[in-house]
Amino acid sequence: MTEKNYIPGEHPDLPPPSNMIGPVAWIRDNLLSSPANIIMTILSVWFLYIVIPPTLNWFFLDAAFTGEDRNACRAVADGACWAFIGERFKLFTYGFYPEEHRWRVNLSFILLIVALIPVLFDKAPFRSLGLKFSIAFPFIAGWLLVGGLGLEPVPTSQFGGFMLTLVIGITGIAFSLPIGILLALGRQSNLPIIKVFCVSFIEFIRGVPLITLLFVASTMLSYFLPPGTNFDLLLRVLIMVVLFSSGYMAEVIRGGLQAIPKGQIEAADSMGLKYWQSMRLIVLPQALKISIPGIVNTFIGLYKDTTLVIIIGLLDPLGIGRASLSDTKWTGLSTEVYIFVAIFFFVSCFGMSRYSLYLENKLETGHKR
Amino acid sequence: MTENAQSTQATASSENYAVIIRDMHKWYGEFHVLKDVNLNVTKGEKIVICGPSGSGKSTMIRCINALEEHQQGDIIVDGTELTNDLKNIDAVRSEVGMVFQHFNLFPHLTVMENCTLAPIWVRKTPKAEADSLAMEYLERVKIPDQANKYPGQLSGGQQQRVAIARSLCMRPRIMLFDEPTSALDPEMIKEVLDVMIELASEGITMLCVTHEMGFAKTVADRVIFMDGGEIIEENIPDEFFDNPQHDRTKLFLSQILNH
Repeated sequence: MTEKNYIPGEHPDLPPPSNMIGPVAWIRDNLLSSPANIIMTILSVWFLYIVIPPTLNWFFLDAAFTGEDRNACRAVADGACWAFIGERFKLFTYGFYPEEHRWRVNLSFILLIVALIPVLFDKAPFRSLGLKFSIAFPFIAGWLLVGGLGLEPVPTSQFGGFMLTLVIGITGIAFSLPIGILLALGRQSNLPIIKVFCVSFIEFIRGVPLITLLFVASTMLSYFLPPGTNFDLLLRVLIMVVLFSSGYMAEVIRGGLQAIPKGQIEAADSMGLKYWQSMRLIVLPQALKISIPGIVNTFIGLYKDTTLVIIIGLLDPLGIGRASLSDTKWTGLSTEVYIFVAIFFFVSCFGMSRYSLYLENKLETGHKR
Repeated sequence: MTENAQSTQATASSENYAVIIRDMHKWYGEFHVLKDVNLNVTKGEKIVICGPSGSGKSTMIRCINALEEHQQGDIIVDGTELTNDLKNIDAVRSEVGMVFQHFNLFPHLTVMENCTLAPIWVRKTPKAEADSLAMEYLERVKIPDQANKYPGQLSGGQQQRVAIARSLCMRPRIMLFDEPTSALDPEMIKEVLDVMIELASEGITMLCVTHEMGFAKTVADRVIFMDGGEIIEENIPDEFFDNPQHDRTKLFLSQILNH
C-alpha cells in the first residue's frame, strides 16, 4: 500500500489509520468487540427499555404534585404523590426549628457555601482571607443556630431534618480530619506515651459500634458526670461522632503516611527542616493526596451514619419521614418519603465523590512511583 | 600547662578541619556497622569513598549530618560537635548539603519550589531573594528552563542536577554525595559528573561515595577505601589506583576496573 519511502531517521509522524478513531471505532471497541460483549450490549439496551419508561412515568408523568391528602393524589394520578413531600418540605428541612428564627438556618447555609469555596478551590479570589473565615465558620454557625449572645436561644432538641444532618455531618468532617492527622502522626511517634495513647484510642474507637457510643452519649454519660451537670445532647452526639470518625480517619491517613518513602524525610532532615515543618510541607501534602479516596470514603460513611441518631431520639430526615408517615391523612406513602430522603443523601455523597476525583486530578504531578 | 597548650592546639587544628571523626563506632542493633573510624577532612578537601556494598561507606557519611546516630566517639563538623542536642544537629544540617542516590526530590513541588523550600523555611530568606538564588543555581547546573516543571517530568540526570542545585541553595560549606550516579542511565552519568567536577573547582568541601573511578582520579585529593565497617586504606588517587597496599583494596580495584 505505502509507496512513499523515507530515509532512515527521517520518518515523519503520521496520523493513525481512520478505523482507530471516531464514533464508529468507539462503538466497535467498547460495545461490540466480542460475541459476549454484543450479548451484554443487547441485554443492557433491553434492560434500560424495560426500566426507564415506567420509572419516568412514576416520577413525573403519572405523579401528582398538588393535593390535600392521599386520596386527592390518587384521584388525579397513580404515580408518585409529591404533594405529601411538598407539604412536609419545611419540616424535612428545618425540623422543629421555630418558624420565626429560620432565617438563621438559611443564613448559616449561605455562610457555609461562602466558607466552602476557599477550602475547595485554590483559585478562589481572596483565598487567604476566605480560609480564615472558613476556620471561624463552625463557631459562627454554632452561634447562629444555637443562639445566645444577643440572639434568642433555640434548644438543640428542636433541630431536625436536613439541617440536623448537615450540622452533624459537617462538624464531623471539619473536626475529624485534623484530629485524625494528629492521631496518625502520634501513632508513628517515637515518644512511647503519645504512641500508646494514640494506638489505644484508635483501637478502642474501631472496636466499638457507633450506636454504642451514641447510647453512651445519650444515657450513660450522665452517670459519669457530676450530678446536676447537664450538657447538651446534640453536643454530646457531636463529640462522639467526631471522635468516632477521627479514629477511622487516623488509620486512613496512616496508610498514606506509610506510602511516603523514607528518603523524603531524610531529604527534609538533611536540609535542616524541623519535624513539624517537614510534616507540614513535605510528608502530609503527599500522604493526604494518596489518602484522598479513603478520606472521602470516611466522610461519606460518616455523613450517612448521621441517620443513626434517630435511635437516641434526634429527628434527622429519616426520623421526620417516619413521624410524617404516621399522619392518617397521608398513610402508605413511605416510598415517596424514602426516595426523597435517598435523593438528598445521594446528591450530597455523589458531590463529595466527584469533588475527590477532581482533587486527585488536580494534584497529579506526573510522579507515579 | 601542657594540657592548656594541647587544648589550644586542638581548637587551632579543628579550625582547619571541615570534618573530624574520632574513634567513631556505630551499631545497628547487634550488628557493628562502623568500627573505630577516624577521618580528618581539611576545608576544601575533596574525598572519594569507595568500597564494596555493605562496607559502611554510606552509613559513615550519613553520620556526618546525623541522619544516622553514632554510639561512640566524636564527630565535629565545622567546629560543631554532633551530640544529642537538636540545636547542634540543626546547625550542622543547615551547613551540610546532601545529595542522595535516589534524588529524593519532593514530587509535589515544582523544581523551583524544591530549591527555595529550605532557604525560605530554615534560613528565613524572603521569597523573591530565594527565587533568584534558586535560579542562579539552576543555571549553574544548566537547567533553568525546567524551573516550573515537576520532578516527575524530568529525566533522572536532570532530577539529580536539581537535587544538587537544591542543596547548593542553602550555601553549604560541606557537600555529601551518597552514590549520586548509581541510579542513573549511562548516558546521564556524565552530565551529573560534569556538574560535580565544576563544583569541586570552587573550593567547597566534598565527601563523595561513588564508584566512578574516573571522577575520583580527576577530582579527589584523597581516596578512602572501606570494607567491613573499617577504613582499610587511604591515599592520594595516583598512589591508590597504581599502587594499592592492602589485598582487599587490590581485589576490589581489580573487580571494578576490569569488568
